[in-house]
Amino acid sequence: MAHIRFGLKNLRDVLNTVGGRSVSKRFLAQDAELKRTALYDFHLAEGAKMVPFAGWEMPVKYKGGITEEHLHVRQQVGIFDVSHMLQTRVEGKDRKEFMEKMVVTDIQALQDNQGTLTVFTNDQGGILDDLIINNTDKDYLYVVSNAGCADADLAHMKATEASFKKSGGDVKLSVIENALLAVQGPQMVSVLQPGVDFDLKNLPFMTTTEGKVFGVDGCRITRCGYTGEDGVEISVPQSGAEKLLASLLGSSQASVKLIGLGARDSLRLEAGLCLYGNDIDATTSPVEANLTWLVSKTRRQKLDFPGAEIIVDQIKKKPSKRRVGFVSSGAPIRGHAKIFSEDGSELIGETTSGCPSPSLKVNVSMGYVKTPFAKNGTKVKIEVRKKMIEGEVSKMPFVPSKYFILK
Amino acid sequence: MAASFARRAVFPTYRCLNGLTRYRQNVCHARYLSLSKNLQASQWFSKDHEWVTIDGQKGTVGISMYAQEKLGEIVYVELPEIGTKLDTEDVAGCLESVKAASDIVNPVPGTVTEVNGKLSDQPALVNSEPMKGGWLYKMDLKAGLKTDDLMDSAAYEEYLKSCD
Repeated sequence: MAHIRFGLKNLRDVLNTVGGRSVSKRFLAQDAELKRTALYDFHLAEGAKMVPFAGWEMPVKYKGGITEEHLHVRQQVGIFDVSHMLQTRVEGKDRKEFMEKMVVTDIQALQDNQGTLTVFTNDQGGILDDLIINNTDKDYLYVVSNAGCADADLAHMKATEASFKKSGGDVKLSVIENALLAVQGPQMVSVLQPGVDFDLKNLPFMTTTEGKVFGVDGCRITRCGYTGEDGVEISVPQSGAEKLLASLLGSSQASVKLIGLGARDSLRLEAGLCLYGNDIDATTSPVEANLTWLVSKTRRQKLDFPGAEIIVDQIKKKPSKRRVGFVSSGAPIRGHAKIFSEDGSELIGETTSGCPSPSLKVNVSMGYVKTPFAKNGTKVKIEVRKKMIEGEVSKMPFVPSKYFILK
Repeated sequence: MAASFARRAVFPTYRCLNGLTRYRQNVCHARYLSLSKNLQASQWFSKDHEWVTIDGQKGTVGISMYAQEKLGEIVYVELPEIGTKLDTEDVAGCLESVKAASDIVNPVPGTVTEVNGKLSDQPALVNSEPMKGGWLYKMDLKAGLKTDDLMDSAAYEEYLKSCD
């Protein structure tokens, strides 16, 4: 997901806020080229408030409020239309080697139908995007990356494809024009199980399979998500998207509701997950971003990914700054707040995103601090509107994750 | 104050919020005209969706129904300190929802005399009663106050049509 940035000047701005950016009426009127997902009409019928987001017209919330939608996902099941994300099919016998030209994770080591989170890096070790690569058993990699980076990601992959082919590599890229539905929440299994012909117990976290879902052919079901809850993302042909969504919403097994981008942001924050463009970007390395676990041992040895030497050096010597979480009370912390040492004497970093946590009823945020201050429990001061708020470095996720992981 | 009374005399429709048609507003106005002296004094709206009720030299400030709907559930309210002198368009405080923080933009000049203490425990009062129990702060208004840049409720209703 791309930016949702807050901290707005006044109500008028908030009211014109779209996907975090404040835009003028004129801009809205001119911006007729926004893309719409296959579910656009469905969203309107459900009372969605639509906003421009990463070049798409997307639901930020429905009839209820963001807090209500957020808690619904934690307690029942929520469905997000994430069709704006970039879905790519990577074929060819050298497809894994091809992806490893761009990412830090061992793709060769993935089992059939296993997936992994990873990052595209640049030569300076900065993150170009975060993405999920699934090694399907159908001779292709199924790749999902952020809508906000879609153009850049595609250009990056195509440029790499061209040079890779030139040196004799066998690879073929194509964009998958499917809709994508994220079905998230503790009751997900009871809602989805009646609609599939396999046992969801056999689809653990970060694995993928093809199949029919509620009678809709040609779906790809991947056990993953952006909320911290157990969930799946279903890639579905656009022609079947409405039917699938209606079947899920009509479940008699649990209360299933559509959820907008607003709650998506607060859910991912509670889950400690990064939002590209806010918490990670081209100026932060995976090590600084506390994503060192994505850099596979084999890849550290081979030093064969963009920025490898810088990244591996940071792993050995510790980076100068690190992404951590903060818990605080009082005024909510958002992105771009200055972080100081407990006595207020030293500027030690800046927050990258934050919100009042609907689940925890405290304020949660994340940001980068100088490494000596990155330890859990470290007391800090965070500046909000010229006042110093007391905060504490906290482990993430703030709300424990409920991923379905086989023991 | 002369200006405000003049405008009130021309468009005395502030009792008739919530999207009534002009025709119905007039009917409504006629019905309540005799009561209006005993009810609230004049009420005005800013382009930033704050309202101020002016009663002599006293003013009470809040946000409109439209604004609270757009902001969503308010979870934190930051109000000015008593004694703070605020000019028009000064940032008086902040309203925060899960999604966003938005400034309270002061609609008229004056000195803060009282803040709504209930909002520290019940910030969502701004949502449930934006025009009443969810008021934000009271002020001693600056002498010679003009309301030229503010809208009465009818004008504000018109303005809202350009806001969606």
